[in-house]
Amino acid sequence: MLSFIARRLAVAIPTLLILVVLSFVLMYAAPGGPFNSERPLPPAVLANIEAKYGLDQPFWKQIANYVVGVVTQFDFGPSFQYKDRSVNDIIAQGFPVTLTYGAWSFVVAAVVGISLGAAAAIKQNSWLDYMAVGFTIGAQVLPNFVMAPILVLIFTLWLGWLPGGGWNGGQWENLILPVIALSTSYMASIARITRSSMLEVLNTNFIRTAQAKGLSPSRVIFRHALKPAMLPVLSYLGPTFVFMITGSVVIDIFFSTGGIGRFFVDSAFNRDYSVIMGITILVGSMTILFNLLVDVLYAWIDPKIRY
Amino acid sequence: MTLTSMLKATTAATLVFAASAAFADSHASHPDTGEALATEQTFTYRVGDESPSYDPGVAEDVDGSAVVRDLFEGLMNQDAEGNLVPGVATGYEVSEDGKTYTFTLRDNAKWSNGDPVVAGDFVYAWKRAAAPELASPYAWFFELMSIENAAAVVAGDMEPSELGVSAPDDLTLVVSLSQPLPYFPQMVTHATTFPVHKATVDAFGTDWTTPENMVSNGAYVMSEFVPQEKLVRTRNEMYWDNENTIIETVTKLVITDENIALTRYLAGELDQTDVPAGQFPRLSAERPDEAISVPSACSYYYTINMTDTTNPALLDVNVRQALAMAIDRDVIVEAVLAGGQKPAYTFTHWATAGFETPDTPMASMTQDERNAKAVELMTAAGFGADNPLDVSLIFNTSEAHRSVAIAVSQMWKQTLGVETELGNQEWQTFLETRGNQDYEIARGAWCADYNEASTFLDLMQSDSGYNDAKYSSPRVDELMAEAKTSENPQAAYTEVEQIIAEDMPIIPVYHYAEVNMQSADLGGWPFTNFEQNWYSKDLYKIAE
Repeated sequence: MLSFIARRLAVAIPTLLILVVLSFVLMYAAPGGPFNSERPLPPAVLANIEAKYGLDQPFWKQIANYVVGVVTQFDFGPSFQYKDRSVNDIIAQGFPVTLTYGAWSFVVAAVVGISLGAAAAIKQNSWLDYMAVGFTIGAQVLPNFVMAPILVLIFTLWLGWLPGGGWNGGQWENLILPVIALSTSYMASIARITRSSMLEVLNTNFIRTAQAKGLSPSRVIFRHALKPAMLPVLSYLGPTFVFMITGSVVIDIFFSTGGIGRFFVDSAFNRDYSVIMGITILVGSMTILFNLLVDVLYAWIDPKIRY
Repeated sequence: MTLTSMLKATTAATLVFAASAAFADSHASHPDTGEALATEQTFTYRVGDESPSYDPGVAEDVDGSAVVRDLFEGLMNQDAEGNLVPGVATGYEVSEDGKTYTFTLRDNAKWSNGDPVVAGDFVYAWKRAAAPELASPYAWFFELMSIENAAAVVAGDMEPSELGVSAPDDLTLVVSLSQPLPYFPQMVTHATTFPVHKATVDAFGTDWTTPENMVSNGAYVMSEFVPQEKLVRTRNEMYWDNENTIIETVTKLVITDENIALTRYLAGELDQTDVPAGQFPRLSAERPDEAISVPSACSYYYTINMTDTTNPALLDVNVRQALAMAIDRDVIVEAVLAGGQKPAYTFTHWATAGFETPDTPMASMTQDERNAKAVELMTAAGFGADNPLDVSLIFNTSEAHRSVAIAVSQMWKQTLGVETELGNQEWQTFLETRGNQDYEIARGAWCADYNEASTFLDLMQSDSGYNDAKYSSPRVDELMAEAKTSENPQAAYTEVEQIIAEDMPIIPVYHYAEVNMQSADLGGWPFTNFEQNWYSKDLYKIAE
């Protein structure tokens, strides 16, 4: 197991490097640049700016300087768009916000989704099952960019219970609507996967054996059925978790949360090269890390899996 | 409740009461208008995106400049009509030849840390903003102001110390220009010319603009800043005119989605927000006191590629004229945009100061006459039902631009049988396509940098970097050069507009309006300031 983890980490470094080079090339291939605007800057002004940000250097040198800066000093450079701020500042401010609402959304989606799916499977073809299936279909067809404005309309304008946006350092009032909007469709997917997986497990021979032994239903479910039923759920949860904590542009745009998702998308539109790179590396590393974590958890849950 | 806690509570209550009484005493009613003032003086407004910078020397966008105007104060300010009023300077004198301006500074202006604001602070700020090291995207503003040696300093050919600005003493600032510029004083209300506190910049580098570090001289100080969420400013106790400041706290919220912002406005979270396109008629019927449309200093137009990379048909002036005439601008402003915009037959916005909209043939016709004339011109150019013209029209991705483009292409189709291929492009791609003349017809808009017609018409000069049509008329160049130093340039502007209307390198479509929802209890908003330069220190909340 340890050698497996070591091997995976060793592969992660070249993967990240390829990611960096590829993003760099794609970014430069896109038309425009960070300092293009409706009012083209006079050549002298543009030259000053390009010199300041090192854009007057040859392409290979820019890449090399960048990689050296990142590796040796963990310095992602200055933002080209937000002139008083560095990429490190932007990540330091935006990432905790995203992490907070993302982690909460994940917890809500996982806990509610798994419970709902498991309950629906156990009580298959009951009213609970029908309700759960109905809810999951409804929630999956309702995208969060439709849900967000509806939530604001209901809870802010009509009921006046919750603020329609903002973060305020992560006050619970500001957390509720983003978490609902972000978690609902994932919750639905998790519930559906759990339900079908649980149904499959409940019909296997070892469960029938456990029931035949006379074990209590709760013991059969929690001790024997839940763990194998979790495998497909787990492979869904891993990428979902990464996705949630690395930012949702929809949440950031509709709820003005100031998270990293907004910066990521904006930086692409603004050709803010350093911010694009910084967040790409952050998201890339997270993806690699959590995929590894899921693989490790897999082995722990299912002893049949060996690496 | 114990005796001590009761005592504490009573003391606290008394203190609060005393404080509010004191407040009510100083600001029970507005000193000028006499309106009763609300006890809570806050102003919360929406912007669509975070600004690139709040460093006066670097700030480049409209929303960022509004914040900078609150945090810093330049030599002169604008009043509600856009007229110059004293800021840090009490006034100025111009030399005989119009090339030297001497500003006298007030002796009671202070930085938020208590230091006096001196002429040297301006000299430092201007040299800093022009110097290549800061690489300010607005460094060229000093060239626009005609300040001596500005171009050479920006290009790095001269030391910043050579810039034509000096401080003979703490309260005198002398500015030397390379040529007389009648509207020069208007330009010192621009954020790039605001002073900065050298000791703070030296101590913190680019971090000097954070709320903890920033030292500023305006009516407000930055008290909280969370990028992409909010920026809060509170009154600056050191400001020389602090006793006349009424609003205590100003909050700028970044809310990208206009409709969410409108919902939050309706829920009472905001005092001001933009009205999404097309919703103005409904909102002004429901809330007539709050839905407001005022002219805003931008013009919307279609630019026609006039180089050899274009559709050859567009090089025929008859075709360009026909396309311009066949656009029913009333339909666009009344049905598509519906926010108080005005049809445009000239490039310069109708409300620009000192500008009289000249008569152009197209403006005085009815739409039926225009359509008839357009068909005639198109036939003369050799196009007709059996030989329709095909053109392409590009615009940057936006719902409003798409709606206008669809309406225009329908009008061209119906009146002239023109087949238009519409294309939307993401902003950066669009700029590159248009800037490289890789288009036939493209959407364009221009907003005034200052309230004078040359801010628009300069674009029509052959060597203008913003002339995407690559239009060139020696007469226009001559007239614009003449207008620069003329005391009364209106005649030149009239002729330029008439030449444009004849050659039609650009098709003016409409003149912008600023369409807002704004709390009825917000007083002092400068609706009549064409550039929409507002200062929070002039605002107040009226008691309900």
